[in-house]
Amino acid sequence: MSKKSYEEINAKIKQGKAVVVTAEEVIDIAREEGLKSAAAKVDVVTTGTFGMMCSSGAFLNFWHTKPKMRMQQVWLNNVPAYAGIAAVDAYIGATELMEGDPANTRHPGHFRYGGGHVIEDLIAGKELQLRATSYGTDCYPLKKLEKTLTIDDLRDAFIMSPRNSYQNYNVGVNCADKTVYTYMGLLKPNMGNINYSTAGQLSPLLNDPYFRTIGVGTRIFLGGGIGFVCGPGTQHDHSGQRTTGGLPMGGAGTLAVTGDMKKMNSRYIRGVSMLGYGVSLMVGIGVPIPILDEDMLEFTCVTDADILSPVCDYGIKYPTGEPPELGYVTVAELKSGEVNFAGKCIPTAPLSSYPMAKEIATALKRWVSEGSFLLSRPAVLLPTVEGYERGE
Amino acid sequence: MSIDNNMVDKKVILRFTSELVEQPIVYQLVKEFNLVPNIIRAEVSPEKKGYLLLGLSGTEANYRRALICLQQQGLQVQSLVEQVSWDEHLCTQCGLCTGVCPSGALYLERPSLEVRFEGEKCVVCNMCIEACPAHAMRLDV
Ligand code: SF4
Ligand code: SF4
Repeated sequence: MSKKSYEEINAKIKQGKAVVVTAEEVIDIAREEGLKSAAAKVDVVTTGTFGMMCSSGAFLNFWHTKPKMRMQQVWLNNVPAYAGIAAVDAYIGATELMEGDPANTRHPGHFRYGGGHVIEDLIAGKELQLRATSYGTDCYPLKKLEKTLTIDDLRDAFIMSPRNSYQNYNVGVNCADKTVYTYMGLLKPNMGNINYSTAGQLSPLLNDPYFRTIGVGTRIFLGGGIGFVCGPGTQHDHSGQRTTGGLPMGGAGTLAVTGDMKKMNSRYIRGVSMLGYGVSLMVGIGVPIPILDEDMLEFTCVTDADILSPVCDYGIKYPTGEPPELGYVTVAELKSGEVNFAGKCIPTAPLSSYPMAKEIATALKRWVSEGSFLLSRPAVLLPTVEGYERGE
Repeated sequence: MSIDNNMVDKKVILRFTSELVEQPIVYQLVKEFNLVPNIIRAEVSPEKKGYLLLGLSGTEANYRRALICLQQQGLQVQSLVEQVSWDEHLCTQCGLCTGVCPSGALYLERPSLEVRFEGEKCVVCNMCIEACPAHAMRLDV
């Protein structure tokens, strides 16, 4: 079997000679030319996803003030940021609500603005209101600060998200007899509709299902800029059930990611409001997959018809903590607009954007083709299925 | 010419419940009020609740009389001075709204899964305005 190293692939990228295709284009190439010749030809396959990723946030540093301050409590546009770290550092989380938000007191709440929107507004270069208070110390006497700032006034601003880019994801349905408002959107009673959230065949971690090329230090597209994989995200699960083709049949792998917000583009990172649920952040991520050998090429040929996602009841079971899975459907069925499930024909709607996922995979393809984006060999790969030989 | 003879071309939504579903509403509009109806969309649920999105043209006087008559029969009449608009720049193309839109005004093009909005089909139910995570759907009055 012919093999390529990271070094060989990067040398070709630098010369502008690498053959780079998206995770959808590669399917057709392999069909036409066969796996072997496709593997020899293609150097990099680019993936993309653009979906709601609640476990996201950003570290901000406001520069030292004069006189100095050990910020104890921090708000941006009235959204609290966590300030239990050093003097002028804070962490703004995607799902943080604005102070005084009525939340679900009048159900379903609207959640017009929150942490996700703060992150989007910073990246968009908008002005935000900073407010900070402190108890004052001998070294940090200032007790109160209010100012208007943009991202340019911050010393540092980087995304540091504990869990993004789920490998596969639940499909939401509601078995209860009343409408529920969930992070999977509005679900009508008695299985009236289905919402799903996956990039399917473009999904980064479904194109490398055993994480042969993704791990600590993998250079990625993050929010329109360049980011890196920090390691497995929280709840990364490599031990769950898989299809005969080796694809996980549930959430499975996740990524912790980081990247400089000052170089991001708010087209690819957006604050969102989920009726009755709260605020969150839609994040655009693209991971380049090096075609090290024929096996890697074959993995990237995954199609929507191969991917099984668990249909979960968000009306009764999910909230109580019972296993919510009712069965499985393919992503191809979900994308068709309706699925036959439990003897019913149920209309479907997506939550994550397929057109944007495609745009991200295409943008990353351009970056790599132009020679401006090199692939990095991970320092440590993500944990994989026990006994699976990755040839490290 | 009196103002009442002005010709109008309006859009209305008629919402009805089970008892009214059998009534020949459209026939009545033509016969009694000389209006030209254009059924843009109609939907009746299994519980026999439903709505009719109608274009109506005729004289202003007849149009007004027809609306009153329909209301007297127990129909809920909403004339479409309100309009829903879609801000393409704010839209993330997620597609979530297509799952709540009852009229098919918001739908996904296949296979591209791009979101499309056809304002003429909209029945101004406000569902998308509530559900759109990106605040891309707006009510214009
Ligand atoms: S829900 Fe909003 S953001 Fe999503 S596709 Fe519809 S209009 Fe666009
Ligand atoms: S208001 Fe929105 S959801 Fe309702 S019919 Fe119009 S487009 Fe569809």
